[in-house]
Amino acid sequence: MAMHANGIECGTRSGRRGTRIGRRSFLSAMGLSAIGLSLAGCGRRSDAERLNFYTWDTYIGETTLADFRAATGIEVRASYFATNDELFAKLKAGNPGYDVIVPSNEFVTRMVEANMLLPLDLAAIPNLANILPEFAEPPYDPPPRHSVPYTWLVLGIGYRKSRVVEPPDSWKWLFDSELYRGRIALTSESADLIRLGAKYLGHSLNAVSPEIARQVEQMLARQKPAIKRFHDDDGQDMLLAGDVDLVLETNGDIAQVMREDPDIDFVVPREGSLLNADTLCIPKGAPRPELAHRFINFLLDAEAGRHIAETILYPTPNGAAKALMPPEFAANPVIFPTGVGMERSEWGTWQGPEQQRMFEEAVTRIRAA
Amino acid sequence: MSAAPRETSWSGQKGAFLALLGPPLGWFLLFFAAPLAVVWAYSFGTNVGAAEIAISGTFANYARALEPLYLGILAKSVGIAALATLICLLLGFPVALAISFAAPQARIWLLIGIMLPFWTNLLIRTYALIAVLRDEGLVNTALASLADALGLPFAPLRMINTNVAVIVGLVYVHLPFMVLPIYAALDRMDRTLIEASLDLGAGHLRTMFAIVIPLAAPGIAAGLLLTLVPALGSYLAPDLLGGPNSQMIANVIERQFKRANDWPFGAALSFMLVYLTFLILALRPLLARKGAGA
Repeated sequence: MAMHANGIECGTRSGRRGTRIGRRSFLSAMGLSAIGLSLAGCGRRSDAERLNFYTWDTYIGETTLADFRAATGIEVRASYFATNDELFAKLKAGNPGYDVIVPSNEFVTRMVEANMLLPLDLAAIPNLANILPEFAEPPYDPPPRHSVPYTWLVLGIGYRKSRVVEPPDSWKWLFDSELYRGRIALTSESADLIRLGAKYLGHSLNAVSPEIARQVEQMLARQKPAIKRFHDDDGQDMLLAGDVDLVLETNGDIAQVMREDPDIDFVVPREGSLLNADTLCIPKGAPRPELAHRFINFLLDAEAGRHIAETILYPTPNGAAKALMPPEFAANPVIFPTGVGMERSEWGTWQGPEQQRMFEEAVTRIRAA
Repeated sequence: MSAAPRETSWSGQKGAFLALLGPPLGWFLLFFAAPLAVVWAYSFGTNVGAAEIAISGTFANYARALEPLYLGILAKSVGIAALATLICLLLGFPVALAISFAAPQARIWLLIGIMLPFWTNLLIRTYALIAVLRDEGLVNTALASLADALGLPFAPLRMINTNVAVIVGLVYVHLPFMVLPIYAALDRMDRTLIEASLDLGAGHLRTMFAIVIPLAAPGIAAGLLLTLVPALGSYLAPDLLGGPNSQMIANVIERQFKRANDWPFGAALSFMLVYLTFLILALRPLLARKGAGA
């Protein structure tokens, strides 16, 4: 019950001023307390029907878990992780009792490869029909399906309107220009950084050879004096606080701070960007897989999906939910970006540990340069 | 009279001795030695697939850790930690001296003042420093209003996300580790030696360098060690206060265990740090001897 109340409270808070905590930012700093929370979440046992939901903080509708309980009598205990790596590391040693988890698309591929996910029984998830066709057969999860999409996101440039000459609609302003010296924050996620650098140089995200990675590395090492920080997914907070004026971030995180500061905007650069999805999966060893299917089906419901998207401000792949939204929300250019940058954007694919290591070393070298 | 040797002889009380030693020893083995041994074993391992590590006895991880890239980062970490330690010494010694010469009543309060921040969570303290140092933080706001009052132009000082901020953070966090051992050494010092020195015609400065500092040397050595070792492995200060240039070895290690999912290499880098710490510990007697000889 305590965990349950906690989940709801976090959902409510994201709307209030001063607690604009993005789903990826807060717990990364509070890693230890996250472990404490999730242990507390797993510690208690009871005969009542319960489900352990392991997800990102502030990543569910205000009343979604209570609605599910009202509809089914099943209590959902949420605990939170801050990064995919944390999720992966935790499940690597064996599933400690989670029924539903929310990995991002490339981690779905990795976890399927590592045999960590249960194949889904699609017949038990009729609401899958609500998913938009472009998300229905995602390249990161070929059949048999192990995931259903929950939200999607695109990386772009969040910026302070009053401090830029014109909307920074090219990666150039982050990666290859002196114009905004000392006012730029980039992500510390090495794979995202190197691949977006390659995208700026005119290559596909998914065709980054060691040579291209080397070129990107040289470019970013050159650019380093202009960069203020490699942020840990708290770029939106730095932008809001005025620490930087341009930041590489996801559209959802920027949309959350735009609610508080109208001087902030977001653009998907014209060279194209990286698309991500967060998905619902059932890890191997889940104690209650049937209930987990019911919960996933509930989250894909049109009304539940609308409520979730309107709370967390992340774009939804749920067409039926989108149809229920007020037009000004569905047409919000930050939450649902359009344009040439979107058209040129690609899904990233996981290409194995050697490539990951190459990206990681490139970023270590950039930072040590 | 005859009971005294029996009371103090541990050899006659093996049961009691083991009962007392058992819990801490078990604790040490279970929660320190065993996990560390696992990580040590990982450092000779190879990744098999995404989720498994085979302990293959390879030295490849250490070979990679000895590449110039990582040695350079290690050297830079030592440099940053050493600079922070030196500043801690320069700040901490006068503070410890002042406390040891304060009135006994005031001494308690001054010591509490040193300890108080130490009882606060490290993360909270680091975030507090962000609020102080950021471009629109306390220091810059204060300077801006001062410049405003004087009618001078003002551009915010760039402090946050620089190596300077990292040093400030490390000094702030580790100062108690320096002050307390030096204070303990100064507190035990025989004050009459200072009086004798002054009576015999030495100036204050000479008394300080010829009498006080040599007598405090064991405390200074302990303080240097207690500051340098944790500063070397610090992770939060470079991560939260640092900029693109502030990467220290602990940040690289963290990325191996998380983003890079390369635990064997992360373990090897961690143990590079452990070996370095052993080296510093081994240098300690040397340092103490030098201090005593001076």
